[in-house]
Amino acid sequence: MEQILEILEKDNRITPEQIAVMLNRDVDDVKAAIKKLEDDKIILRYKTLINWEKTEKEFVTALIEVKVTPQRGEGFDKVAERIYKYPQVKAVYLMSGGFDLTVIIEGKTMKEVALFVAEKLAPMESVLSTATHFVLKKYKDEGVIFEDKEKDDRQVITL
Amino acid sequence: MRIDDMLSPAVKSIPPSGIRKFFDIVTEMKDAISLGVGEPDFVTPWHIREAGIYSLEKGQTYYTSNWGLIELRKEIAAYLSRKFHVTYNPKDEIVVTVGGSEAIDLAIRALVSPGDEVLIPEPSFVCYKPCTLLAGGTPVPIVTKAENQFKLTPEQLKEKITPKTKLLVLPYPNNPTGGIMNKQDLEAIAEVIRDTNIFILSDEIYAELTYEGSHVSIASLPDMKERTILINGFSKSYAMTGWRMGYAAGEPTIIGAMTKIHQYAIMSSPTTSQYAAIEALKYGDDDIKNMTKEYNYRRRVIVDGFRKMGLDCFEPLGAFYVFPSIQKTGMSSNEFCEKLLYEEKVAVVPGTAFGDSGEGFIRCSYAYSIENINEALKRIERFVRKYI
Repeated sequence: MEQILEILEKDNRITPEQIAVMLNRDVDDVKAAIKKLEDDKIILRYKTLINWEKTEKEFVTALIEVKVTPQRGEGFDKVAERIYKYPQVKAVYLMSGGFDLTVIIEGKTMKEVALFVAEKLAPMESVLSTATHFVLKKYKDEGVIFEDKEKDDRQVITL
Repeated sequence: MRIDDMLSPAVKSIPPSGIRKFFDIVTEMKDAISLGVGEPDFVTPWHIREAGIYSLEKGQTYYTSNWGLIELRKEIAAYLSRKFHVTYNPKDEIVVTVGGSEAIDLAIRALVSPGDEVLIPEPSFVCYKPCTLLAGGTPVPIVTKAENQFKLTPEQLKEKITPKTKLLVLPYPNNPTGGIMNKQDLEAIAEVIRDTNIFILSDEIYAELTYEGSHVSIASLPDMKERTILINGFSKSYAMTGWRMGYAAGEPTIIGAMTKIHQYAIMSSPTTSQYAAIEALKYGDDDIKNMTKEYNYRRRVIVDGFRKMGLDCFEPLGAFYVFPSIQKTGMSSNEFCEKLLYEEKVAVVPGTAFGDSGEGFIRCSYAYSIENINEALKRIERFVRKYI
């Protein structure tokens, strides 16, 4: 199971047939295993990692540190839910340390993000404070380094 | 004066490489895809590179002891004991060399005198024979067979032993065949060697790349340690080819003799590389595990690919090469490789590069991404279908 996940996490275009060869397993077993992983919501989605900075699309990403008051009986979950339901919120993590929630937001402009924080996030009843940090450049995401060097520097033939 | 006459007869006795011409064509062809390399595609893990960088920043730019840094030799001793259950004294039983290749040369020069015979299983890596010739020795090839999984058998060994036999080279896991020798196979060899005066040069550079069970060193078998020179290094296991880091371990008299040659020819191995190697041995076990896992996936993909196109392909259990037979195409190895290069732009190595017994085979490396391997397999299949 774990090996199938590792392979797919790196490249989801690899077919079940190929995975079966790689792991020396039966194709039908691999297909069934993947189906089960999908049904169990272990595999949530197959997505593509894109370096948007190389495109024309204009957008900004911000990481917001949020301090909140946990609610009686529901802890942080209810506050987190109210935040993550906004589609412009890309990720929400509960943190240890100096603040409670990390909220990652994407917007078309800095103004749009600032407005979201000022009008939606900060006024929430249990939100005590926010600190917004804009991402200036992505060097590496999901384990992939965002630079062009994909050249094989080895000699063509060595014994 | 003919300059050629002035060359040393030993150097002249080394035959010119028969595949030089092929290599030249490959190098000129710019857009070919290759399964031709004998080194990992992974770049050296960053923590190891960083250790090298730090050593430069700290100004560690001097010679080391001829033997290599004692801290490194201690780590090598710990590694050999932890992985292969052989114990060596870091003080006088280990010498750090410029790659495994230098260690091979040192071992042969330290032991072989003119007239001595050196047994070399073939197909195998290209340096044993020339090193033997340079030392004035006589190389005696032992042809290993696909039907024996390219293992050296005790019968073959017995047949080639004469009173002049000085050294047996044991190149396993094997480049180019991918054959390995498990404990049982080695015990049978040890049984033959035990009552002789023959030394063993065990070239274990691919030891970590063993895909079924773990590698066994012949030095770990009873009575074998004192007559074995164990050679290993960092190139394949830690993806450190360019750092040129290898070592030999063995009986102190032999290692001392090897160090004497090393001291005058080399002085000491590169200092930066030695510091990087310490980091590799201390914290690199996981790197090896991850890379081996990846090679194993690719190994299965490439063997499956060759078998599906109808070629006989022995399942390699070590290193990162497959050695399929191309006899069904009716072509010689050289012809196959040249045509494949021109018609499909794929570079592979003719088996004959590894000895005459490699005729009828090609060596394909799987130190490439699965994508690259799939594309190469597609092209080779199209090519093979035309001829069988």
